[in-house]
Amino acid sequence: MTLGGWIVMGLSVGLVTSLFVWCLWRVLVRKPPIEKLHGIEDIDTHDVESE
Amino acid sequence: MRAGACFQHISVGCAQAQFGLVQLPVGLYKGNIVTGAQQKERWSSRLGVILAVAGSAVGLGNFLRFPGLAAQYGSGAFMLAYFVSLLVLGIPICWVEWTLGRYAGQMGFHSSPGILHAITRHTMGKYIGVLGVIIPVVIYMYYVYIEAWCLGYMFYFLTGQLNLGDNVAAYGDFWARFVGATENGLTFSAGHNQAVLFLVLVFALNFVLIYRGLVRGIELFCKYAMPALILLGLIILVRVLTLGTPDPSKPDQNVLNGLGYMWNPGNVWDQLRNPQLWLAAAGQIFFSLSVGFGVIITYASYLRRQDDIVLSGLSSSAANEFCEVALGGLITVPAAYVFLGAAGVVGHGTFSLGFKVLPLVFSKMPLPWLFGALFFLLLFLAAVTSSLSMLQPGIAFLEEGLGLTRRQSVALLGLLTAIGCTFVVYFSKDLKALDTLDFWVGTVCIFIMATVLVIVFGWILGIERGWEEAHQGAEMRIPSLFKPIIKYVSPLYLLGVFTLFVLFNVLGLDLKTGQFNPTSYVRDLIGPHASPVARLSVILIVIVVIFFLILIATAGRRWEKVAQNAAKTEGSKPDRT
Repeated sequence: MTLGGWIVMGLSVGLVTSLFVWCLWRVLVRKPPIEKLHGIEDIDTHDVESE
Repeated sequence: MRAGACFQHISVGCAQAQFGLVQLPVGLYKGNIVTGAQQKERWSSRLGVILAVAGSAVGLGNFLRFPGLAAQYGSGAFMLAYFVSLLVLGIPICWVEWTLGRYAGQMGFHSSPGILHAITRHTMGKYIGVLGVIIPVVIYMYYVYIEAWCLGYMFYFLTGQLNLGDNVAAYGDFWARFVGATENGLTFSAGHNQAVLFLVLVFALNFVLIYRGLVRGIELFCKYAMPALILLGLIILVRVLTLGTPDPSKPDQNVLNGLGYMWNPGNVWDQLRNPQLWLAAAGQIFFSLSVGFGVIITYASYLRRQDDIVLSGLSSSAANEFCEVALGGLITVPAAYVFLGAAGVVGHGTFSLGFKVLPLVFSKMPLPWLFGALFFLLLFLAAVTSSLSMLQPGIAFLEEGLGLTRRQSVALLGLLTAIGCTFVVYFSKDLKALDTLDFWVGTVCIFIMATVLVIVFGWILGIERGWEEAHQGAEMRIPSLFKPIIKYVSPLYLLGVFTLFVLFNVLGLDLKTGQFNPTSYVRDLIGPHASPVARLSVILIVIVVIFFLILIATAGRRWEKVAQNAAKTEGSKPDRT
């Protein structure tokens, strides 16, 4: 195994393993942030006739 | 492209004003396309859909094809081309499929014909989408047979029947007899039909799971099978990496040299000038991630509108890459090298490496029955999770296109695939039928389908619109760099790779002489040495295509009728504003 072989193997295996672990962490551990609503939820525009 | 843009404008424009940016012809279709049972089908968890898509992608190619290619072309150059293809083709097209699938799923469509019909709003859309049903159905016809080999080999290892000595030829003979590669119809004759017995078991398992539905069948199985597969891979990896130098009389055959054989870069710049290396790398990414099969788009259509697809798509791709590079890349070739040396590894294709070389390798390890059985269990699980995904697009189409119930659609698809599978198993000499179907459907059609999907996303749905749709409910942003990649680079790269494929693998261009010598796939069909089995295989493909085109014409009339009824209903409602 040459130095080049170690580098190619380390980079290839390291890259895909890091990506996989990061994705697992994002999916399983880190919960998505709760969306904050910056605005008025119910707007009455007064342009709808009441039934 | 102008025509496509017009379609988008006409079909989407009105709804855009009415429902907002990405909620288009929903009102037009929702409600009557599919049966009630199917309409309610949704993935039960995010992890479930990620594992199902990853399961679809992880297959035999991860453990048998990738390591062989990397070693053959020189890992340094190959991995460079491989990662370029991953960034330019694999991951972007995955996101494209996830987005198109979820988008059309909101309109009640779950199969490629329905999805392309809904998105393009053009008569031809559904006919082009037929590829997304034909590809998985035809691939299933031979893939399930390979799956049966894996189950058979696991059984033979457990029962000690695969301890055939030190000669790889003995394993080759065993495999040829087992799969019937020596004579057509061999596996149907008395005393040689073990492969058919395993096939019946595997076939039944697939259809039982698919009949149970998305959540209780596919998702449940993948939730257990995928972690088990990764665990098995890690166990075998540890075993291989701790082999040391098993034969002291051959000190060169050790694990480090085995890893070196796999990973030592050769002359990278010279190798990168070889167009066949780029073709091999792109092809591997393509088939490994299952893009263009019609599977991801169907799976994604069962997501809810606010379900994340960006991180989920990336996660399923990452899981596949981990299995391929980190497990497949460290297990197969190093293990073979340690016991057989370089001469034992060179020149073996996927089947030869998997079913002739590796059984010999495992039989030489301590506890051969255990590690051999574990390895073929790993391949079996990888194959089942893939074959399940090949059935769902067909089931989805029969349900939404013809209004069949689950029971009816499973029965019809079961009959169709059983006929095709019997054809493949009967014409087993030199695996000619299997090879022909794999080439024309499992390779050529996939290129075409992937190109269609990326063009639909970038040019018909529109890149801005598709981008916004992809980010609905997304937990991470796709880097903006991928916008031009999806719109320009991916289609051009695909066309470039497909051109190379036709030049080298169909027309047989010889770079040294510059002459064309059509490959066996062409010579099998045309000319004095044409193979009757290859011709019959192409006739089978044509029959399947015609069968589904007729069904799609019927489905199209049904969808239009539903749309017209929905429009009438909408029109007859009093204006409440």
